[in-house]
Formats: sequence, C-alpha cells, structure tokens
Amino acid sequence: MSQFDFSVVLTGEFRHWLVSGFLLSLKLTGITWLLALPLGSGIALCRLSSVTALRWFGATFVEVIRNIPLLMHLLFWYFAVPELLPWPARDWLNTHGAESICAVIALTLYTAAYMAEDVRSGIRAVPATQLEAARALGFGFLASMRRIVLPQAIRITVPPLISQTLSLWKNTSIATVIGTAELMYQAQRVETATFRGVETFVVTTVAYLSVSLLITAGAVWYQRRFPVRAS
Amino acid sequence: MELLENYWLYFLVGQFPNGPLGGLALTILLGAGALLLAMPLGVLLGLARVSHSRWLRWPVTALVYVVRGTPLLMVVFWAYFFLPSLTGQKTGQFATMLAALVIFNGAYLAEIVRAGIQGVPRGQWESAQSLGLRYVSTMRRVILPQALRNMLPSLVNQFVTTLKETSLGYIIGLSEVSFIASQINNQVLTQPLAIYGIAALTYFLICFGLSRLSYSLEARLNA
Repeated sequence: MSQFDFSVVLTGEFRHWLVSGFLLSLKLTGITWLLALPLGSGIALCRLSSVTALRWFGATFVEVIRNIPLLMHLLFWYFAVPELLPWPARDWLNTHGAESICAVIALTLYTAAYMAEDVRSGIRAVPATQLEAARALGFGFLASMRRIVLPQAIRITVPPLISQTLSLWKNTSIATVIGTAELMYQAQRVETATFRGVETFVVTTVAYLSVSLLITAGAVWYQRRFPVRAS
Repeated sequence: MELLENYWLYFLVGQFPNGPLGGLALTILLGAGALLLAMPLGVLLGLARVSHSRWLRWPVTALVYVVRGTPLLMVVFWAYFFLPSLTGQKTGQFATMLAALVIFNGAYLAEIVRAGIQGVPRGQWESAQSLGLRYVSTMRRVILPQALRNMLPSLVNQFVTTLKETSLGYIIGLSEVSFIASQINNQVLTQPLAIYGIAALTYFLICFGLSRLSYSLEARLNA
C-alpha cells in the first residue's frame, strides 16, 4: 500500500467498468428525476386539495415512504414484489434488467415523497392574499396563478428541489444492494479484482463529489440569479 | 402468525445473549450512539463554520462540503477498508458503521448548529459582549443554550435520518434490522412479502413516532 498506482484503475478494462458505472448512476438519476418530479407535484396537489380522501392519500404516501429507509424500499421492490407477479411478468423483468427497473421504481417513489413536500411548502409559502389581490385586480384564476402565484412559488421551490436532486444522486449508490451495476457496484468489483482499494475509492469519491459540487454550484447560481423577494 | 412466533426474538435482539447483539436493539443502539457521539463533533464544526478566523472557517467549510457531497455508502467503505490500517487492529462492523455515521452526521449537524447559532438574534451577542463576557463565555452561556433549544426539532429529525441510515450496515454484514430480515428471508424463502413488510413497518413505527415528536416540540417552541 506504500505505492499508489492510479494507472491500474484508470486504464483498460477497469476504467471501462468504472465509467460504465458512472454513466449508469447518471442515467438512474436522470430517469428517476424525470419520473419523480411530476409524481411528487401530483402528490403535493393531492395534499393541498380540498377533497379529504385525496389529502389523506397524499399524507399517507409521504409519511409511509419517508419513514422507511431507502435500502428497505430497494429490498422490498427487488425481493418481495416480483413474487406477486405472474410468471410471464417475472420472466420479462429478469430479461430486461430487473435490478435497474426495481432501482428506478424504489428511487422514484422515495424521491417523489420528498419532492412532494418541497413543492407543497413552496406553494403554501405564497400568501393567500397574493391570489386574492390578483383576483381583485381583475385577473382570472389561471392568469393569477400563472402571472402572480407560480412565479413566486417557483423561486421558493427550486432551491430545495435542487438539493433533493443532490440527495437523489447520492442515493443511487444504495442501489448496489440489489446488484444494480452503478458506480458503487463497479467500484466494489474493481476493488475486489485489483486489491487497489485506495486508488479505486479515491477515483469513485472524486466522481461522486464532482457531480455533487456541480449540483451545489447550480443551487448557488439559482439563488443569486432568482432571489426570493421579501414580501 | 408462525413467522412471528419463530423469529420475533431473533428480529428484536439477534443472537443475543448467545451471540452478538443484533436486530432492532442494535439498530436503535447504533442510531442513538452515532448521534450522541456526532453531537460534540457537530458543535465544534458548527462553531468553526461561524468563526471569525478564516484559517478555521475555510478548511472546515471544505470538509463539510466534501462529506455532504459524498454518499454515506462511500464513507462506510472508506471506514471499512481503512479503519483497520489506521488503528492497526481488526475493526468490527459495529465500530466501522459507528465511525462512518459519526463523521457523516458530524458534517450534517455542523450545518444545523450553524443555522441555530445564526438564528439567535444579534442583540444577544452584543449585550453579552457589552456585559463584559468573552467569546467563550458568550458562546457557552448565552448563544449555545438558546441555539440548542431552537435546534431540538431538527435534532430529532436528524435522529430519524440516522436510524434510517443504520440500514446501510446491511451492506457490510452488520446484523441490524434489514440484515436480520434478509437472513430470516433466506431461511424461510417463501414469504418475502411478509418478512420485508414487517421490517419496513418496524422502521415506520419508530421513525413516524419520532417525527411526530419533532412536530410537537416545534409547536411547543413556537408557542
């Protein structure tokens, strides 16, 4: 361990493993984000709805999912749920990358529950008087939403959504438990194959960190460019 | 249910008293221990984050950003592979997980402490100074007591997060709730839905209860 040799993990086959893991991590983050944001917004609207049943559904969804560890969600979707499916569906799952599909399902539900809370508190942070004032000035409901309420709500909601994206990026690493071949999984493989623990983990940590810092920088930029104006 | 009858003790305490402690008891012990040990670290890092000396502020800020930008699992692997070479002896899974959780939570608590300190009105600071208190006494007797009180709901939430994070012990073979659940599943084989369902419900009951506690604390502090 006295001599560090990064060339082993940065060339040839092992580099290929790490790069493919990194790309899959990015892909998991991207697909999950695209699915979780609309789902989360829908849940947030349920929680704000005037229909009691919808409010209950939204609250239950959020509380149940947020109070169970992501690892448990992954184990549940990968080991338990397929048992309920008929054989043809299970076969289809196994031939189409069950690890990635289950990881996306678990990550999407988990992320959506957190995003729902961010969206909800963003909408609630705009005082009701803003809508009333817009209506009094003669804007219709849609126009007041589009021109008065949403522009303010979006400024409040985007920063927490960006930090949720950062959590999502870090959370993809947990999918390694069900054998999804993302970055953490490939790092373990490379470590086992090369016994170059330090080198592998340094490269992996830098890879995670660089994306994380990019996301953080995005959040800082947004808050400078679109500050929340004091009402 | 037969499942519960056969495995309830194993689920709650693992192989204890005939072997190492495990199961739910281990999960709670690990979560509470990690948070308690991370607390002093978090206060020190938080103080450094609001320090006037840039030699203190910048390195700690960098450390906090690095730890917060890294997945916990990565920290666990670093601890798993390098604690033994650091300490010179074999490190158990419990100590490994505890070390990783303390470092990770220290960085998160630092931000909670920082927000708590910055949330105390400036007037408190100025009055303490004009009464002749020095920096250390001002912090210890005036600012921190108020900051810690305001932080209480966030601390309970952080405990919930830590309890959920202990589930990563599964990956390094620590026999906490998730690991025990999959062990039971490997023995029974036919009822994964019930087994993982019960384990998930266990986490839910504890974490949901604690998050309710945090809400009521917040309501009482604001009243």
